[in-house]
Amino acid sequence: MTSWNRKDLTDLAGLSAEEIVHVLDTAVEFKSVGQRKLKKVPSLRGKTLVNLFVEASTRTRTSFELAAVRLSADVVNITATSSSLSKGESLKDTAKNLEALSVDLIVLRHAAAGAPQFLADRLRAGVISAGDGSHEHPTQGLLDVFTIRERLGRLEGVKVGIVGDIRFSRVARSNIHALTKLGAEVTLIGPPTLVPREFEKLGARITHRLDDVLAGLDVINLLRIQHERQKAGYFPGTGEYAALFGLNAARAARLKPGALVMHPGPIHRGTELDGAVADGPHSVILDQVTNGLAVRMAVLYLCASVAQKEDA
Amino acid sequence: MSACVNIRGGRVIDPATGRDDKGDVFIVDGKFSDVPAPGAQEIDAAGLVVCPGFIDIHVHLREPGQSAKETIETGTRAAAAGGFTSVVAMPNTQPVADHPGIIAWVQERAAAAGAVNVFPTGAITVGSKGEQLAPIGAMAAAGIVAVTDDGRCVQNHEVMRRAAEYCRMFDLPLFDHCQDTSVAGAEAAMHEGFWSTVLGLPGWPRMAEEIIVARDAMLAELTGARIHCQHLSAAGSVRIMREARARGVSLSGEVCPHHIALTDESLKDYSTDFKMNPPLREQTDIDALLGGLADGTIDILATDHAPHTVYEKEVEFAAAPFGIVGLETAVGLFCEILLHRTGAVDLPRMVAMLTVNPARLLGLDRGTLGAGRPGDVTILDPAREWVVDKELFATKGRNTPFHGWKLRGRALRTIVGGRTAWEISR
Ligand SMILES: [Zn+2]
Ligand SMILES: [Zn+2]
Repeated sequence: MTSWNRKDLTDLAGLSAEEIVHVLDTAVEFKSVGQRKLKKVPSLRGKTLVNLFVEASTRTRTSFELAAVRLSADVVNITATSSSLSKGESLKDTAKNLEALSVDLIVLRHAAAGAPQFLADRLRAGVISAGDGSHEHPTQGLLDVFTIRERLGRLEGVKVGIVGDIRFSRVARSNIHALTKLGAEVTLIGPPTLVPREFEKLGARITHRLDDVLAGLDVINLLRIQHERQKAGYFPGTGEYAALFGLNAARAARLKPGALVMHPGPIHRGTELDGAVADGPHSVILDQVTNGLAVRMAVLYLCASVAQKEDA
Repeated sequence: MSACVNIRGGRVIDPATGRDDKGDVFIVDGKFSDVPAPGAQEIDAAGLVVCPGFIDIHVHLREPGQSAKETIETGTRAAAAGGFTSVVAMPNTQPVADHPGIIAWVQERAAAAGAVNVFPTGAITVGSKGEQLAPIGAMAAAGIVAVTDDGRCVQNHEVMRRAAEYCRMFDLPLFDHCQDTSVAGAEAAMHEGFWSTVLGLPGWPRMAEEIIVARDAMLAELTGARIHCQHLSAAGSVRIMREARARGVSLSGEVCPHHIALTDESLKDYSTDFKMNPPLREQTDIDALLGGLADGTIDILATDHAPHTVYEKEVEFAAAPFGIVGLETAVGLFCEILLHRTGAVDLPRMVAMLTVNPARLLGLDRGTLGAGRPGDVTILDPAREWVVDKELFATKGRNTPFHGWKLRGRALRTIVGGRTAWEISR
């Protein structure tokens, strides 16, 4: 394949539109594997994948693990607590140890922005980011655009609203990069404390009034709001947040008929969106989970095939 | 054999006296002289610039306590290799230089192992914690040239006010690392702007510096103390300082090479060689800093030489320490940027910012070629082309973003008290 020559996937900012589309198209193939009776292909037989989760995330780790298993790879999970592996000295040592063990792929989740890049620059193995600090969560971004494309049949001209804690969100960044490259129109929605103006330079629009834009959206992606931000003074309280930016039933009633409601999970019902909306006809939240597996299979497969070429 | 040299036929620039002509400089018994000494070493400086020895008022020598990063010996050798004959040592060592015993220790080490003159500073507050004034009088008696909590910034304005009032009694300048930590807190890793947004790194907005520069302007006006703002990085700081100085407030500032050579875009690959405090900012800030140098608002150049070990810097961005080495690249970068690329200042002005201006701020008997003064000379070729190679550095630090840069301008010989401390190998 000439459309893909990366051993690593550390961000979507550096991918071209063609590369993103190539991953999505590959993921379509792999999604069909998940619908078969025998949900396994031999694509990564003999390869070893390490799930290195320095920051905990059961959902993402499980998704990567299942993706690897369905590709017939051998999987090792390393769930380091931040106390044993949060200091940078040991990240390099860990990397060298993994190299010494002839690992082919490393999936890294880390609280420090840039940590996957740090490993990718130092290892022959492929490094795939499973989220780094407030930087990016590239496979989440890919699964989100995959889901939109699958449901709406296109990305060009699609109006996507991303609501919430944009400032600290790796999901938002990966979404913005992928969506703008593929021609979607992105509007960021939230209080100015959580939606800094710099995001306009990434090609997104910004508004602080959800009600003004709600009815025009094809997709609304609601990000998780963390209590820590309230303590740090980014907004006065979850009640006020929900009143201004929560997708309640009244607001959901104003959505376009075919509009999609997305959320990267886990959901705080009653804060970002009401339970009825999360389970309602607009919601594609469980599709996102299913598609995450297909997208991750595609990413593992593509990166492994390049890492393979190098040692041949 | 006493230190006697006759430096012949160079372009002699001594901004303190306004001298700029082709001629000779004589050092007899370690001091400048109007007449040559018989039997002195002869140095041919034809085609080169001869100036008072350069003074770097912002250097981290890391001793005591962090000799893996640097020692007074290696740090001063790096200074000599960079064309500096004097360095001012910051007090954020381990332990913090906050009492006369440590000042005396630094002076003894410098006398024994230093390749160039070392002028220690003392902390403003005990442990640089920003709470209790350090024994500034006792340290003044021991020979400090300034006080500073560099690396940290006194957040309590009342404490800073008392420090300023107290320093006046000894006519000691008060240096400030301008950073409001309620605006740029412990997490801040880089300039707050487009690139921090893309990279997802916590930002350090300009305002955190500007608000402290404004405070210092007010305190200098209120107390009459001489306050010096270190390593300015933000456009607004220059504006505030310009306004204060126009009213005669005794506020000064310094600029470091990296803040006029690089922008925050350099961080896009998360290389920790670009992680510094204050952070690299934007082109508009560079333009403002150059404007401040051009119009005299800022009249001192410094390095903030901050060596770290390789293993400390080779970590995730958030975990890496701030700072880069600067002594051996500074003169080349200042020549390249100030003289060749932008013409922001001319050569005599640049020399003044490295000699007489820092000497005056510190009350040093140096920075000029006047007869009877210590015979410190830097021989400079402002057009000399060279390529930065960090593996050839005398400093222990390898943390530089300038490795591989081609620069025009280099000190070829560094003379301290009439003795050659370093000369370029041919
Ligand atoms: Zn500082
Ligand atoms: Zn410093």
